Amino acid sequence: MNRIVEKTWFSDKVAKIIVEAPRVARSRKPGHFVIIRVDDKGERIPLTIAGADIEKGTITLVVQAMGVSSTKLCKMNAGDQILDLVGPLGKATHIDKVGTVLACGGGVGVAPMLPIVEGFKKAGNRVVSVLAARSKDLIILEDEIRQWSDDVIIMTDDGSYGRKGVVTVGAEEVIQREKIDECIAIGPAIMMKFTSLLTKKYNIPTQASLNAIMVDGTGMCGACRVSVGGQTKFTCIDGPEFDAHQIDFDELMLRLGGYRDEEKAAFERYV
Amino acid sequence: MSTNQEYLKAEREKEWRVELRKKIANKERTAIARTKMPELDPFERIKYQDREVNLGLSETQARVEASRCLDCPTPTCIEGCPVSINIPKFIKNIERGEFLEAAKTLKETSALPAVCGRVCPQEKQCEANCFYTQKMKKEPVAIGYLERFAADYERESGHMSIPEVAPPNGIKVAAIGSGPASLSFAGDMIKLGYEVTVFEALHEIGGVLKYGIPEFRLPNKIVDVELANLEKMGVKFERNFIVGKTASFEDLKTEGFEAFFVASGAGLPRFMNIPGENYNGIMSSNEYLTRVNLMNAANDQFDTPVIKGKNVAVIGGGNTAMDSVRTAKRLGAERAMIVYRRSREEMPARVEEVHHAEEEGVEFINLTNPVEYFADEKGRVNRMRVQRMELGEPDASGRRSPNVVEGSEYDIPVDLVVVAVGVSPNPLIPSEVKDLKVSRWGTIEVDKDTMQSSIPEIFAGGDIVRGGATVILAMGDGRKAAASMHNYLTSKKLNP
Ligand SMILES: Cc1cc2nc3c(=O)[nH]c(=O)nc-3n(C[C@H](O)[C@H](O)[C@H](O)COP(=O)(O)OP(=O)(O)OC[C@H]3O[C@@H](n4cnc5c(N)ncnc54)[C@H](O)[C@@H]3O)c2cc1C
Ligand SMILES: Cc1cc2nc3c(=O)[nH]c(=O)nc-3n(C[C@H](O)[C@H](O)[C@H](O)COP(=O)(O)OP(=O)(O)OC[C@H]3O[C@@H](n4cnc5c(N)ncnc54)[C@H](O)[C@@H]3O)c2cc1C
Ligand code: SF4
Ligand code: SF4
Ligand code: FES
Repeated sequence: MNRIVEKTWFSDKVAKIIVEAPRVARSRKPGHFVIIRVDDKGERIPLTIAGADIEKGTITLVVQAMGVSSTKLCKMNAGDQILDLVGPLGKATHIDKVGTVLACGGGVGVAPMLPIVEGFKKAGNRVVSVLAARSKDLIILEDEIRQWSDDVIIMTDDGSYGRKGVVTVGAEEVIQREKIDECIAIGPAIMMKFTSLLTKKYNIPTQASLNAIMVDGTGMCGACRVSVGGQTKFTCIDGPEFDAHQIDFDELMLRLGGYRDEEKAAFERYV
Repeated sequence: MSTNQEYLKAEREKEWRVELRKKIANKERTAIARTKMPELDPFERIKYQDREVNLGLSETQARVEASRCLDCPTPTCIEGCPVSINIPKFIKNIERGEFLEAAKTLKETSALPAVCGRVCPQEKQCEANCFYTQKMKKEPVAIGYLERFAADYERESGHMSIPEVAPPNGIKVAAIGSGPASLSFAGDMIKLGYEVTVFEALHEIGGVLKYGIPEFRLPNKIVDVELANLEKMGVKFERNFIVGKTASFEDLKTEGFEAFFVASGAGLPRFMNIPGENYNGIMSSNEYLTRVNLMNAANDQFDTPVIKGKNVAVIGGGNTAMDSVRTAKRLGAERAMIVYRRSREEMPARVEEVHHAEEEGVEFINLTNPVEYFADEKGRVNRMRVQRMELGEPDASGRRSPNVVEGSEYDIPVDLVVVAVGVSPNPLIPSEVKDLKVSRWGTIEVDKDTMQSSIPEIFAGGDIVRGGATVILAMGDGRKAAASMHNYLTSKKLNP
């Protein structure tokens, strides 16, 4: 069992949870995720490891309440136990000194982006981050991202904070302003799709971290399959990061809706 | 092997066996018809996902069936059993009413008789080699039913014997994966006094026995009793622990583990790579069965969803395909179809499961293969294009390979497709351990007699070595690996 040591709200739907998982804290690298099951009726859901403290033996998760499982987790408090937690899963992000890195994060996607931004900065890169959300209260981890970025641009759909507009507006400005050697995009599938289309135009190598639906997270079921360069890949063991220009985002978006009716029914039963 | 023959002979010459043989003439024995397994009515059983189909023999039925066995001087049946269970000895114990003795005989060689009695492909193994099948062209002694009877009797009697455990020797060993291979390995090593930890990636112990094989064929409670016994003997289970990820082999060595048994299974599902295969509503049998068996998705009380199709096609002809199609039937499919590219005779599934599926109204569309899927505007599969196949001349392996019948395509409406065309070895361990010798199929290479890999302290067995095989073969590997790991560690201590 894994005890929650701290829980704070970023907004009314997004919570930060620090949980005891000493082995995972020691083994994890940027880009890794865990699978958790809240209780004995719960489903297994993937969550990125946003940070870790090896001394304290804890990892940080940032979770947005979407349906039953994420809502259940968001409702837990310090002292509560998460029944099952396994990880670290997936392939770690490939971090090198490349020059200038453009990091685009949308919504809770900023949480998984944080350790990657940190990694690129520590590897000696110049890092420019673009954080985007629907409105001001959904911008998370701004201070932490600033700590590891040379420049941060904030975009909100409604203009309530930073500049008004979607992530690609801010990203394109940066691209026109300076030479970008690599781009990272993490957020909703639609956001990653358009970021990828943008960087393709400018021929900038881009990695996207996919949030496919998962069950086991160990390569056993194939629920998480995506098409990359015309080949079927399993997000949990081959990813979660892939060459964004090769990803079939339209298929990913259709597949994310694969259980929508069942999930909606479950959520209605839950509330 | 000769000592084995002598042992079998000596056992056979025991007075009670001689007496028992004399009691009924062989002519009378062979005149008895094979017992029918009592089963739930097909119309009734498809309403429940969790009711076992086979109900088990009564004491009387078991004793009558046991009396069919001729207690042959050369019991060929044993040659068909991968772990060489002393079949006539356990059966004759049933005949004389010593059911607990029968169970004890089974446990001399098999760690999970209640499981094997249910899931072994007996018609290809022990029963295929029975005197009745081979020499009399009659139905074989129901060895599987009797094995299940003895094991169930022992479990339900409350007199389950917990094997004796040697005093702890302080040597730590690890088993990776918690399927049948690891469980039998753990049982043997703990008996020898080792400190055994079983690491499992999932949140449940049991491997395929839990996440794959459905309740209607192998109830979880039967596996759980075995797990509880192992725990009582001192085996430690670590759930949610992926060796190679949560901790590396090096980490575990630092923590004092001196040898490893890798039994991580053949968990990677294969797809056919045909157009449309990634549409929603098309999934691997592993995903389908895991949702239903491990995550309880068919029960509204649980959070994990599963798609309940009306027109369900399952691609394949193995046990996994039968388990999937019968699950679909139980979750309310109006049409539950097996689509298989060869004919009924070539199906690798247990004959009993094919028969049960038929009784339950499963449609068999044989000599047919899917070539493309189509979907509605939401990306949910609604149609499947198939083509007919015909069997060609037997190839080098003796199997008749299926060839396409040109121009034979037609469409079948479907709203759920389960792909059960096989699995590949789980790549996690091979990819995490440098220098581990792996075949081009991704299986770990081991010495056939010792189960030792190219790295001396790493042994391996079960599906990760064989590809998709059987429960009993996995268990046999576990036992073999335990014996040779014990040798390895003992000689290492003697000549450090
Ligand atoms: C590798 C990986 C890392 C992730 N990291 C994080 C993270 O750090 N923080 C976080 O909040 N979320 C993360 N997610 C997404 C998270 O797993 C899902 O939000 C969660 O599974 C939803 O479960 P639920 O029962 O609450 O919602 P459900 O009832 O399952 O779904 C509610 C709604 O969310 C949609 N949905 C379902 N699954 C996903 C998904 N995987 N991604 C996007 N939408 C989905 C459904 O279509 C539905 O509309 C990650 C996903 C992956 C694959
Ligand atoms: C649906 C289905 C039906 C079947 N029906 C039959 C049947 O009727 N009769 C029969 O004889 N056989 C049947 N089989 C085959 C049989 O179940 C397998 O041959 C057998 O279970 C193999 O056992 P194993 O111990 O090698 O591994 P498995 O049972 O596959 O267990 C391996 C375990 O290892 C875990 N694991 C993997 N990697 C790691 C890691 N790095 N760290 C920790 N844990 C890890 C996995 O999560 C898994 O639980 C069936 C298989 C399936 C899928
Ligand atoms: S273990 Fe399997 S093969 Fe061996 S006797 Fe029992 S049912 Fe037959
Ligand atoms: S071969 Fe058949 S009849 Fe002979 S001992 Fe074995 S089970 Fe009995
Ligand atoms: S989540 Fe099951 S294979 Fe990736």
